[in-house]
Amino acid sequence: MIQFADVSYGVNGRPVLRKLSFTVERGSTLVLLGRSGSGKTTALKMVNALLTPTSGEVRVDGKSTRDWDPIELRRGIGYVIQETGLFPHFTVFDNVAVVPRLRQWPADRVAARVHELLHRVGLAPKDFAHRFPRDLSGGQRQRVGVARALAADPPVLLFDEPFGALDPVTRFEVRREFRALARDLGKTTLFVTHDVREALELADRIALLTGGTLCELLPAAEFRQAKSPEARAFLESL
Amino acid sequence: MKNTVRSGLAGDILNLTAQHLVLVATAMSIAIAIGFPLGIVLTRRAAWRAPLLGIANIFQTIPSLALFGFLIPIPFIGGIGPRTAIVALVLYALLPILRNTLAGILGVDPAVRESAVAMGMTAPQILRQVEVPLAARTILAGIRVATVTTVGTATIAAAIGGGGLGVFIFRGVASVDTVQILAGAVPAALIALISDGGLGWLERKFAV
Repeated sequence: MIQFADVSYGVNGRPVLRKLSFTVERGSTLVLLGRSGSGKTTALKMVNALLTPTSGEVRVDGKSTRDWDPIELRRGIGYVIQETGLFPHFTVFDNVAVVPRLRQWPADRVAARVHELLHRVGLAPKDFAHRFPRDLSGGQRQRVGVARALAADPPVLLFDEPFGALDPVTRFEVRREFRALARDLGKTTLFVTHDVREALELADRIALLTGGTLCELLPAAEFRQAKSPEARAFLESL
Repeated sequence: MKNTVRSGLAGDILNLTAQHLVLVATAMSIAIAIGFPLGIVLTRRAAWRAPLLGIANIFQTIPSLALFGFLIPIPFIGGIGPRTAIVALVLYALLPILRNTLAGILGVDPAVRESAVAMGMTAPQILRQVEVPLAARTILAGIRVATVTTVGTATIAAAIGGGGLGVFIFRGVASVDTVQILAGAVPAALIALISDGGLGWLERKFAV
């Protein structure tokens, strides 16, 4: 469903990704784990063509991102980032409704879907739909961000350290809810984090990135037995 | 401009105030019609920013009376009268509008812009639904500043036959007549204050 084939990327002559290759199977969650600067966010942004590889290619649904119409590609991918990027001048309802409205769904279908999703992420529509992002807590904002990403029912989801700015208790709760949600929905998910605990909890498979290359690619259940020094460093921090 | 014959100072004040308002409104409409789209273009073309802002800046630094004077000999837009005055006023009003449009749109939270792109919004959709609404307050501030300055600078239009409240001021200074001077200065100041207040109120409505 998502395929990286020998993807390399450099900025100002500095290599960020070096011949990265891996696959995210349809319906599974792959966590890209790595330190800051390991290239994981850069890799993520290649999937929805926010960045383009210098060489190699990324394939979504069998088609290279270079061949996809970027608008069509992105409308089929949900994107959740740490800062949320919610539109501050839109209500919660309007934020979640963005992609369905871009797809010109009829108003009643949009409303039904927004309400369904707000319930799903644990925000009662009658209390939250009309509020603005500035009136919400960090955890609530992140939930709206997830609802927004799911709104048009995209087959692919991208997450960039979405829970990093939350306090530990909220993070634990949201993470647990996310795991249930991801399993239910059967989405193909690529999830970036530097938190090994999060990786172990959420992943079907873990891809450990260091210096722009893959040093481990293992099912989550086997990651604790990983041998590479970088993997051991992460596991020690548990 | 049609010369309405009214008797008395009050009539003259009304007449010249109307002329003044027409000068300001015309100049501001043109300046916004040029400055706002041009500002948007500059957000997309970084290389053009320095030159265009530089040119607008140069016009600002030329003393008003001198600029009016420079324009008079130029064919088509020149000559004595309100048209030349409006050209000069437009050139003065451009910089704050351009600069604030540029700053307002570039100042949109990068995370918000990135989300908009990542959701598959086209560039025009992002401009219309995200960038301009979020930049509105800054852009309006630029329009407010430009309007208030234009109200003041428009008094100089009188020096080149452009009419407006400056007529009183120049006449009053020439004949050392305080009443005349005030007849021009007070309405001009009032127009400036009301514009400032009104546009300020509008700005606050866009607070996010």
